[in-house]
Amino acid sequence: MTIVSDMMNVSVTPHIRSKESTGRIMLLVIIALLPATGFGIYQFGYQAAILIAVSIATTVLTEFLYEKIMKMPVTVGDLSAIVTGLLLALNLPVSVPWWMAVIGGVFAILVVKMFFGGIGQNFMNPALGGRCFLVICFTARMTTFTLDGVTTATPLAMLKAGEDVNTWDMVIGKIPGTIGETSAIAIMVGAIFLILFDVIDMRIPFTYLLTFVIFIGLFGPNGWDPYYLTAQLAGGGLMLGAFFMATDYATSPITPLGKIIFGIILGLLTGIFRVFSSSAEGVSYAIVISNLLVPLIERFTIPKCFGKGGENR
Amino acid sequence: MATLTFKGGIHPYDGKDLSKDKPIQEIVPQGEMVYPLSMHIGAPATPIVEAGERVLKGQKIAEAAGFVSSPVYASVSGTVRTIEKRLTVTGDRVDCIIIDNDGLYEEAPPMPVKPVEDMTKEDILTLIREAGIVGMGGAGFPTHVKLSPKEPDKINYVIANCSECEPYLTSDYRRMMEVPERLVLGLKIILLLFDHAKGILAVEDNKPDCIRKLKELVIDEPRISVKVLKTKYPQGSERQLIYATTKRAINSSMLPADAGCIVNNVDTICAVFSAVIEGHPLMYRVVTVTGDAVNDPRNFIVPIGTNYAQLIDAAGGFKVKPEKIVSGGPMMGFALFDINVPVTKTSSALLCMSKDEVAKWKPSQCIKCGKCLEVCPARLMPSKLADFAENGDEEQFVKYNGMECVECGSCSYTCPAKRQLVQSIKYQRRTILANRKKNK
Repeated sequence: MTIVSDMMNVSVTPHIRSKESTGRIMLLVIIALLPATGFGIYQFGYQAAILIAVSIATTVLTEFLYEKIMKMPVTVGDLSAIVTGLLLALNLPVSVPWWMAVIGGVFAILVVKMFFGGIGQNFMNPALGGRCFLVICFTARMTTFTLDGVTTATPLAMLKAGEDVNTWDMVIGKIPGTIGETSAIAIMVGAIFLILFDVIDMRIPFTYLLTFVIFIGLFGPNGWDPYYLTAQLAGGGLMLGAFFMATDYATSPITPLGKIIFGIILGLLTGIFRVFSSSAEGVSYAIVISNLLVPLIERFTIPKCFGKGGENR
Repeated sequence: MATLTFKGGIHPYDGKDLSKDKPIQEIVPQGEMVYPLSMHIGAPATPIVEAGERVLKGQKIAEAAGFVSSPVYASVSGTVRTIEKRLTVTGDRVDCIIIDNDGLYEEAPPMPVKPVEDMTKEDILTLIREAGIVGMGGAGFPTHVKLSPKEPDKINYVIANCSECEPYLTSDYRRMMEVPERLVLGLKIILLLFDHAKGILAVEDNKPDCIRKLKELVIDEPRISVKVLKTKYPQGSERQLIYATTKRAINSSMLPADAGCIVNNVDTICAVFSAVIEGHPLMYRVVTVTGDAVNDPRNFIVPIGTNYAQLIDAAGGFKVKPEKIVSGGPMMGFALFDINVPVTKTSSALLCMSKDEVAKWKPSQCIKCGKCLEVCPARLMPSKLADFAENGDEEQFVKYNGMECVECGSCSYTCPAKRQLVQSIKYQRRTILANRKKNK
């Protein structure tokens, strides 16, 4: 008879686990950001690469040191700090000095993420929190964009002033802007990758962009002019925001209906900011404000559970 | 034809190829046999034999103690050694009748049966009850109770749960491949109890050969149809199965009968056939012995009471030292710390895994990805419920419908942060249920 002398492992069901892990998801997000990152470096040169490296080093080191000092388990292995650092860098103009990336990175990780309990607990997208902090502190430097060494207005600012822009340049990204936001195509490639690997849910970006287009069509200065609408979609970091930052797990609703409501709010806020405010962009602020509404949205969108309400004949 | 399904669910590695082509073999047990008096939901059976008494195979050794209870039969001939507490698959020590197998397999006469046409509904129910048949899919609810709803005329569907959605399990599959006529005839017998009911054989689409066989068999049966389900876990969960086949949704406060449905597992229906037609009480069940730690994964027909260790020997022993052994499937089965426990009426499989996937991962903080919501077949918010459970917030737990959880474990399987979601929810649920019972 088979004798098993040692006792075997026991645990409560289930006894199997999927291969999915936090680290794997973050890795997929990093891979999905590579086209936009690559385009940014190609377009803005080695300074862009330096800013990206500084930003990532800052976020990872901040998380590591904070957890060491606070004697907490070190979680940099889940790669989420790298995602934050990369996203922050992609949201910076290439002309900012390196120490601003450091300030932004420390703010993002320390204040927005770690002070609120680390991964999953932050109430606001850390990268966008860092960016907004920098915009408020260093407004001029954060809103000065250069392309090929020449300081120029962004296409959205030109549109706002009533000038013409080249829509095709905006789609491929030959425009001034932050490092990662310029190429709508590069961002879309990454977004499709994320959707195929089931990392992000279509609900948020889809409702966000749809609501935004409808809003601009109804209340914008040019009505339903397709070139104008495409320019609005491609510019101002909207694609990067919709696919990579509005979909941030911790700061978007987990309920299916909540995601749709969240997307609609994002679209409305971005539309309002672009049409009525003095600045031409507004994606960052729309997202961080919507982030604050997430607990409320979740509370009102608890899904109806299976079988409640009795028979369904 | 479009396949039927429910919303949510997961697609784990199914491991069925290990054992699906291995015909059912009979196990001839050696040495002592252990019969727990509680292999079912309800009152433990009352022993009716004494130490030293000689018993025959098929002799009743314990009587049902009330309506919601079930008798126990000896599956070998031999001498009763004693009645004492023994370890069972759940890790509990329960009263068991121990019989020394004399290897003669001398049989007691079967239960007296009439031709089915001459039986009344009561005759059929009595035979099912007397045979000690319980839900053999895992829950062990006495079948005669299930088949005695308050209003039998309001039952519209008797569903044979042939989905076998648990990974690795192939015991139902082998039954359907080898003796599908027993399943169909068993279902016909159950349909005799319900005048207004139709029979449904619900099979997942990963078993096309079964679907073909069953369809051929029911071609002339106006009351029975085969329905094809999408292969997905937990397709065989009662509530999900009823929804997939009839589009009727029941919640935790309802019984399947409230939606006009009765669900029975394959092995249970086969047991009904052999009780009502052949007069055999429940003495055997089909067990899949599988996993990457056994040499030769197989399906066995096993006398109830056999020690699990003998099944390992019959499957060629261990290839490598297993880290985890599970009685039942990997999603809902019981992990064993000691393999020397008896096969019961509800043991569907013995899964031996060389690696313990649970131990490999360390739970980490929730990242709020919402994947648990996507897979939850009860459409709950598992991450929130687990938070409430971990904080002991009973009020919020109930408000967020925590009591509707079917404990399928899809959330824990999926969670990228490897949180113990269903584990926390289950604990809170059980606590609340126990308190409610106490306060009644």
